[in-house]
Amino acid sequence: MSEPKKGISRRGLFGAAGAAVATGVAGYAAHSVLSSEESQAADTSGPVEFHGQHQAGIVTPAQDRLHFATFDVTTDKRDQVIALLKEWTAAAALMTAGRDIGQYGAVNGPAEAPPEDTGEAVGLPPARLTLTIGFGPSFFQDAKGNDRFGLKARRPAALVDLPHFIGDNLDPARSGGDIAVQACSDDPQVAVHAIRNLARIGFGTTAVRYSQLGFGRTSSTSRAQTTPRNLFGFKDGTNNLKLEDTAKLEQQLWVQPEDGPDWMVGGSYLVARRIRMTIETWDRTSLSEQELIVGRGKGTGAPLGKSEEFDPIDFEAKGADGELKIAKDAHIRLAHPQFNNGAELLRRGYNFVDGSDGLGRLDAGLFFLAYQRDPRKQFIPIQRQLARSDVMNEYIRHVGSGIFACPGGVPAGSFWGEKLFG
Amino acid sequence: MNPITTRRGLAAGTVLLLAALTGCAEETPAAAPGDDTGPVTVKASDDGCDLSRRDVKSGTSTFSVSNGGSKVTEFYVYAEGDRVMGEVENIGPGLKRDLIVELPTGKYQAVCKPGMVGDGIRGDLTVTGEAAAQVDTDTALKDATVSYQRYVNSQAIALEEKTTEFVAAVKAGDVAKSKALFPVSRTYWERIEPVAESFGDLDPKIDARVNDVEPGTEWTGYHRIEQALWEKNSTAGMTKYADQLLVDVKTVVAKAKTVQLNPLQLANGAKELLDEVATGKITGEEDRYSHTDLWDFQANVEGSQAAIQALRPALQQRDAALVTTLDTNFKAVFAAVDKYRVGDGFKPYRPTEAERRELGNVVDALAEPVSKVAGVIAKK
Repeated sequence: MSEPKKGISRRGLFGAAGAAVATGVAGYAAHSVLSSEESQAADTSGPVEFHGQHQAGIVTPAQDRLHFATFDVTTDKRDQVIALLKEWTAAAALMTAGRDIGQYGAVNGPAEAPPEDTGEAVGLPPARLTLTIGFGPSFFQDAKGNDRFGLKARRPAALVDLPHFIGDNLDPARSGGDIAVQACSDDPQVAVHAIRNLARIGFGTTAVRYSQLGFGRTSSTSRAQTTPRNLFGFKDGTNNLKLEDTAKLEQQLWVQPEDGPDWMVGGSYLVARRIRMTIETWDRTSLSEQELIVGRGKGTGAPLGKSEEFDPIDFEAKGADGELKIAKDAHIRLAHPQFNNGAELLRRGYNFVDGSDGLGRLDAGLFFLAYQRDPRKQFIPIQRQLARSDVMNEYIRHVGSGIFACPGGVPAGSFWGEKLFG
Repeated sequence: MNPITTRRGLAAGTVLLLAALTGCAEETPAAAPGDDTGPVTVKASDDGCDLSRRDVKSGTSTFSVSNGGSKVTEFYVYAEGDRVMGEVENIGPGLKRDLIVELPTGKYQAVCKPGMVGDGIRGDLTVTGEAAAQVDTDTALKDATVSYQRYVNSQAIALEEKTTEFVAAVKAGDVAKSKALFPVSRTYWERIEPVAESFGDLDPKIDARVNDVEPGTEWTGYHRIEQALWEKNSTAGMTKYADQLLVDVKTVVAKAKTVQLNPLQLANGAKELLDEVATGKITGEEDRYSHTDLWDFQANVEGSQAAIQALRPALQQRDAALVTTLDTNFKAVFAAVDKYRVGDGFKPYRPTEAERRELGNVVDALAEPVSKVAGVIAKK
């Protein structure tokens, strides 16, 4: 690809079994030449190109696992932040290529020093790891409005603080963050390895604010993928924006030159919401009620009144009883672009179960991640409508929240946020 | 067990009952038409529930309940499993109210609940007469809706009465009295919450927690006043919210009195009430300022039980084992919440993790079989 690979190939190292590989360039050259995003969806072990016009991990066919983390910046020195972003970018390029970070990697460094790479991904393939960065409102100015790193004037108008939505029960410890990093991979350990190593590099400059594991994707972002199910047992993301919808992506997903600011062109805004599902009460709900709430059949995923998942939704159809087949307050009606001034989101959320809640119930739900061109016209009005009227609210609760400006892609030789600081 | 029996349609009895409840409580009761045995007088007090006789003839009976005690009381006639055959709510000290109820041949319990909490003071009531004909399940289900609608109606009336008292106390600046009446008036609301919630925007106006309100919308209702009472120990500025609360409650009550429900809605309402307990009450977020959550907890479970027990005769025919499980598990929940009782109320709800967990476990154990009721009654 565009620049010579550095670092130690994890599989190369594994195969070399202790041989002193100083610059393991071998390994993945052959695998890494993937002609399109579609072929990446089929190959769950290969790498996804880190550099490009857009950041990877947005339209990349949704991987199966997530490790998401937000960071608080603990320094007030602009240069230190820039230095960290450079170091992070270098590490991200290596890890997404399936390589150890650092000069010596996990096991080839001096015996007296802690290994540069934490090592748990040794022997594992790149597993389509993507690392995507975003900057939160608090990165630009603190709670009192003070400019932190000389970036206040560069804060995009679209990076608004999210308003309070009806029913929000947000835990500050699971909300916000100056910087967010989304690690997605088809191997959970590869995703965890990535966040762990970035967190380690960041000590002294950043501290992890919170992190969230997701064990199963709840959206497909390519037509080559099947639609997965969320923890309500329903197919989720049938009508998601997909990478094949190229014209629509320009319209709904990527920040355009006329939107500004310049450093965001080709980027996108991420809204993250930790949505707790009260799955125990949901499970006691009748099948017909569940389907009415969602607006789709549970088995096929077809809109009510239709037989196939991708059949067009008929919002006007009425049953023999004269009632709308898809109720006024059904989730798919309230969330549909037709009832949201055409606004759409690219969703790539993940199921989570973070143990139990101390009441004999699973701490389970959906870690909702949605990318968009302008949250003021997309997530905020859509969520406002859902929060007001969605019957599903009886079974969900938004407990964490964040919004981040994810810049355009990183050209080779550049680093995350270079244009922002430029 | 108890075959479902009836001689006359319950609907006819219901009309009489509604007339009595909405009429003036001070009136001398007249014997109901066709009733040749005269009313049973019930002397309720803080520690007694004396009936002038405990045998009545099948058909329409009148119970003339006078409260000689110092606490507000309630009077119920329960069939097996605490199925409510008829009840009068909110009988203040010195007041007299009539219950006119249709009772088929069988064994019942007459129950006074001074202070409105707990199992109450119970005694047997025997109804004799010609053996009643067994009805089919469809009729039993129809009877269930009539019976439950009657329950909703009497709760709604009491809700309006008690909210009127609460609002008056708030407007009079009587903080102590307002605090005492807050959980009591909410009891009637919580018992029929799924019905009230079905009236769209009234529920948020009456019962929204602070985080249920979006910017640009005013926070109103019980919890707005609760915050002032407990956080500021004051009713200052609350007059307009008190007035609005009463207007909104009256609107709900008017709608609740005319609501038409089907058996599935009863079953789902019973399930939803336990969802409310599981997600809102056990966590303590409902009454976060007053910590009176256990009043709401108990009321939700009572309301759930009322709906389930209305369905009992039909359930008994379809799935007797489920009825037994429901009886056992309702008892377990009431026993668990009884541990927190102090006098006529409950300890402030500030549970330890272990206590919270115990309550959660018994509610989950009950909610699971309750959720099966809808499937059983829908079975053909």
